Amino acid sequence: MGVALTRAAQWTTASSGTGKLEITPVNESLLKEILEFVEQFSSRHPQEAKHVFKEPLQWTTSLEASDFKTEYDISGPTVKSQETDRDGHPMLQLTPPSISVHSFSQLSKIVQLATDKKLKEVRACLEANRDPVAKMLGPSFATVEGEDSSVLRLLEEVKEGDQAKETEIKVKLIILLQQLDTQLLSSSLKQISQWVPFLPPPHSVYYEFTNGCRTPPWRQVHGEICYLVIKPCDTQPLHITCSTAGVFLNGGIRQEGEENAYDRTSDVYRDLVTLLKSKSPHFAENINKQVGFHVKQVAGFLRVIFALPITPRSTDDKKSKKNAVSEKFAEAQEKMQKKADVSVSSLPGRHKTPGGVGGADDFSESSSESEEDEEQPERRTESNTDLPSEYWQIQKLVKYLKGGNQTATVIALCSMRDFNLAQETCQLAIRDVGGLEVLINLLDTEEIKCKIGSLKILKEISRNSQIRRAIADLGGLQTMVKILDSPDKDLKYLAAETIANVAKFRRARRTVRQHGGIKRLVKLLDCVPDSAALTEEQEKDVEVARCGALALWSCSKSTRNKEAIRKAGGIPLLARLLKSPHENMLIPVVGTLQECASERSYRIAIQMEGMIEDLVKNLNCDNHELQMHCASAIFKCAEDKRTRDLVRQCEGLQPLVTLLSQADNKQLLAATTGAIWKCSISMENVAKFQDYKALETLVGLLTDQPEEVLVNVVGALGEGAQKPANRATIRKCGGIQPLVNLLTGTNQALLVNVTKAVGACATELENMTIIDRLDGVRLLWSLLKNPNPDVQASAAWAICPCIENAKDSGEMVRSFVGGLELIVNLLKSTNKEVLASVCAAIAKIAKDEENLAVITDHGVVPMLAKLTNTTDDKLRRHLAEAIARCCMWGSNRVLFGEAGAVAPLVRYLKSKDTSVHQATAQALFQLSKDPNNCITMHDNGVVKLLLGMMGSTDEVLQEAAAGCVANIRRLALANEKARYG
Amino acid sequence: MAEMSAMNRKLIQNLAETLSKQVKHFNKTEAECLIRLFNGLLGDQSDRRVGNGLDRGKFRNILHNTFGMTDDMIMDRVFRAFDKDNDSYVSVKEWIEGLSIFLRGTLDEKIKYCFDVYDLNGDGYISREEMFHMLKNSLIRQPTEEDPDEGIKDLVEITLKKMDHDHDSRLSYADFEKAVRDENLLLEAFGTCLPDAKSILEFEQHAFQDTLEH
Repeated sequence: MGVALTRAAQWTTASSGTGKLEITPVNESLLKEILEFVEQFSSRHPQEAKHVFKEPLQWTTSLEASDFKTEYDISGPTVKSQETDRDGHPMLQLTPPSISVHSFSQLSKIVQLATDKKLKEVRACLEANRDPVAKMLGPSFATVEGEDSSVLRLLEEVKEGDQAKETEIKVKLIILLQQLDTQLLSSSLKQISQWVPFLPPPHSVYYEFTNGCRTPPWRQVHGEICYLVIKPCDTQPLHITCSTAGVFLNGGIRQEGEENAYDRTSDVYRDLVTLLKSKSPHFAENINKQVGFHVKQVAGFLRVIFALPITPRSTDDKKSKKNAVSEKFAEAQEKMQKKADVSVSSLPGRHKTPGGVGGADDFSESSSESEEDEEQPERRTESNTDLPSEYWQIQKLVKYLKGGNQTATVIALCSMRDFNLAQETCQLAIRDVGGLEVLINLLDTEEIKCKIGSLKILKEISRNSQIRRAIADLGGLQTMVKILDSPDKDLKYLAAETIANVAKFRRARRTVRQHGGIKRLVKLLDCVPDSAALTEEQEKDVEVARCGALALWSCSKSTRNKEAIRKAGGIPLLARLLKSPHENMLIPVVGTLQECASERSYRIAIQMEGMIEDLVKNLNCDNHELQMHCASAIFKCAEDKRTRDLVRQCEGLQPLVTLLSQADNKQLLAATTGAIWKCSISMENVAKFQDYKALETLVGLLTDQPEEVLVNVVGALGEGAQKPANRATIRKCGGIQPLVNLLTGTNQALLVNVTKAVGACATELENMTIIDRLDGVRLLWSLLKNPNPDVQASAAWAICPCIENAKDSGEMVRSFVGGLELIVNLLKSTNKEVLASVCAAIAKIAKDEENLAVITDHGVVPMLAKLTNTTDDKLRRHLAEAIARCCMWGSNRVLFGEAGAVAPLVRYLKSKDTSVHQATAQALFQLSKDPNNCITMHDNGVVKLLLGMMGSTDEVLQEAAAGCVANIRRLALANEKARYG
Repeated sequence: MAEMSAMNRKLIQNLAETLSKQVKHFNKTEAECLIRLFNGLLGDQSDRRVGNGLDRGKFRNILHNTFGMTDDMIMDRVFRAFDKDNDSYVSVKEWIEGLSIFLRGTLDEKIKYCFDVYDLNGDGYISREEMFHMLKNSLIRQPTEEDPDEGIKDLVEITLKKMDHDHDSRLSYADFEKAVRDENLLLEAFGTCLPDAKSILEFEQHAFQDTLEH
């Protein structure tokens, strides 16, 4: 067990002298195994157990005389065993707090006596006797690293010795101990390998155990890795546990000690993003706006993210560790403030969720940051013995780089390039031996060859995210930006390509911009357009431009850089390069354009500079990556009507539909369906898609697709279903059921689109029958409970045609327990769209008298009246509709008047929106059946306004206006009659 | 005197005409400029040994002052490479031929030239010993090290490993050519023997523009 104790066990101090065994799962299981071994030793090996140790094992015990029973002589606090050696010395002696033991049989007994203090005793014993084997068998058996010759030594003893029996026992004992050693080592190895997959921990904030966990040991056994508190902007702070099983909410761990705070209070989610998506609508909404499959940043969303400090429980260690913890924590907090960006990795998946704190710059940059390499955790071997041979060779080469003239430097650089620079071992070796500093310093020299050689290496190793950070930290970006001005074209393109690799994280992108890199990179784009025969020099210019585009592509992930590219005149140059016939040029160019298309200025430019045509042209190429970027650019630009028309005019719709067959490439599919969705906003395009049978294909994509695809597919169906023929198509292709099924999802963006699509389908009676059968209305209704206002509104809009078209809809609505109260309460919302949609739904609900009575009881009248002061025409229209309908019950007309709803309604007639007029006139007509309301209307000058409307071509309006005027007149006549008889 | 210089000019023009046909990369005017420059450099020396050309010392001065070369041994080797007939003088023809590679040589020409420079004994191979000789001043020596030459020896091994494709422990022209084609940076693997872009530019400006004013 000696080897296991020195190698596998985790000691707090250096390997010699007294140390403490750390409280780690590895040690914990080591101790348990040793304990088991000792416990059973007496019974399994009675002879060997009696063997007297060369030296007693001594330690400070917590056992007292009272713990010992028979077989022991107890006098006061001291205890001696009745069992003695041949010379009569007791095998066990206790003089509190010190205990000394001479044999395994006594060790076994102690362990049995100690009951619940077993582990503590074993720990104390091992801590006091760092090499127990040496004590048991003599110093010649001390544990030595490397070869173990103890058995051989013993064999010699056997030869020499005369006490054959004695030695035989000793041999058995040592074999047993060595067996234990092997067993311990292999099981600790298992332990370690179990933890390895969870090694990448989030931001290093406080005490981290060697296994990568940041939780107290007694929670590590539950698989818990760390705790987070995330404060989303739209909900309460979330207390989160990251465990090997997944991520879940806990009871709010603030400090250690509150055991039940660790309990799980939510479902287990597969990663942090999924959890956040379901807990925070704002997060979900923003995360889903992003295309692509890595999780992107949501600006200003995560305000504070930090892991909770936890102190180990052991009383012995508490003090020292606590200090270490608080120190580290303070340091980490300081770091957080300084860097103003903290991110946390969700553990099992590869997703990363960044959070920004502080500087405005960070917020402004964060719109579409891809966070593939924010704060990568370090993973590397520490012990020198594990270093690969490459390490030493690279170290030697770096020495030559440092101490060589140009000739030696070039040789060393060329030799370094022969290593596999794509391999992390080599990449990190270069960094670890100080090679990065030298390589970057070389860039500052006048020696072109050294610069080229250095860049060729930096270009390769900067594919590693840790190297990227190191290059940025060493000021490499500044130097490379300067090199972009060099007259040497090789230098230029190499520097640009390296910048493209390094600028994969926000800070680097900012550095490039702040040092004038964007302007210089844009200048690289200016090359002779492709002609049939290029000279060697022109070909180099094209390569320079290509690398410039690559670098701009990386940089364009920051909002301010997009702006800087535009200001530097990058757009026309990109437009020119977009004519290139070469895919390797087009990919970075279109990549940059689609990245920048998040900005309106770019969308306009893409449209104005005729780039849509080129984008469409490249949809027809056979490179999936290029097609994906083109589709993605169209996706982003087609919000604009003119662009949508251009896509159609350039005959881009058909290639998009063709691309739907590439269903295995999910990124491509997401971009394609996105483009189809946005293009479908124009009815002319919908007609084209109808011709190309796009809807049939889209319906097939409603199942087994990632959410990024589903959102777009459903969005496209929702737009398509605005046309009656398509609603039938969706039904005939079996699209209704999957759509209704999607109503149970949690993705907010998807829900907004699904509700819209279902709502559009519900306008068709045959579709409605299916929706009804699938209980779709109930699902829609329950989405009114969704915290996201967009979902609420979209659900309420969809409910309207359902109530209109469902059979026995009044009965159906009543069957939703609490449903009517729920929808009436949404009138308290502050979101105009929610209010308008709910008013529209209430107008439909109120058609059923019984339901109208119920919502009246829920106070619908004063709530509607309260909204009447709005100036929003959409809301006015649906509010007037609802009021008109709600007048039909009891004394509601009077109540509306008393609640002050009449005067504001009169003002609606002055609205420019004619659709408001019709609904308002109907409401006023209903209200005018109450005399007091008539007086109010009259006082507010309604007659003149209504007289104007009576001349409208809209018959409904005409009739309502006339009816209202008639009521007012009738009242006036009656009044006069009463007065003058 | 005027007659003399007119004669001289005629001679130079004829020579330039001939040389620009024999040597690549220079037109007649440029050749003429270079001849004038050559004559200027020859200076008073021309009185005594007309026709012999630039001696080693003068040539090395040019390499050092105009092209920024520092390594004595390499400069000697460059002189040897220019001095094709081995008469210890760089003639006007050798001067123009040499400069055509120096200033405007193609990669092929440069590979050939560099190999000639590095093949110290002219046996067609760059041997271990020759490499060692050329690299011996390329590293800062650590006096603390047991064997101060260890680094150099290692560099030689590294170079062989990279360039000796047929594994005969020496570089043939074929080895050298292949290595340089694979990695252009290795062209001057054993010492700087070509001017850098900046000195070329300055030299051409000086040589071709100044004389145009005539």
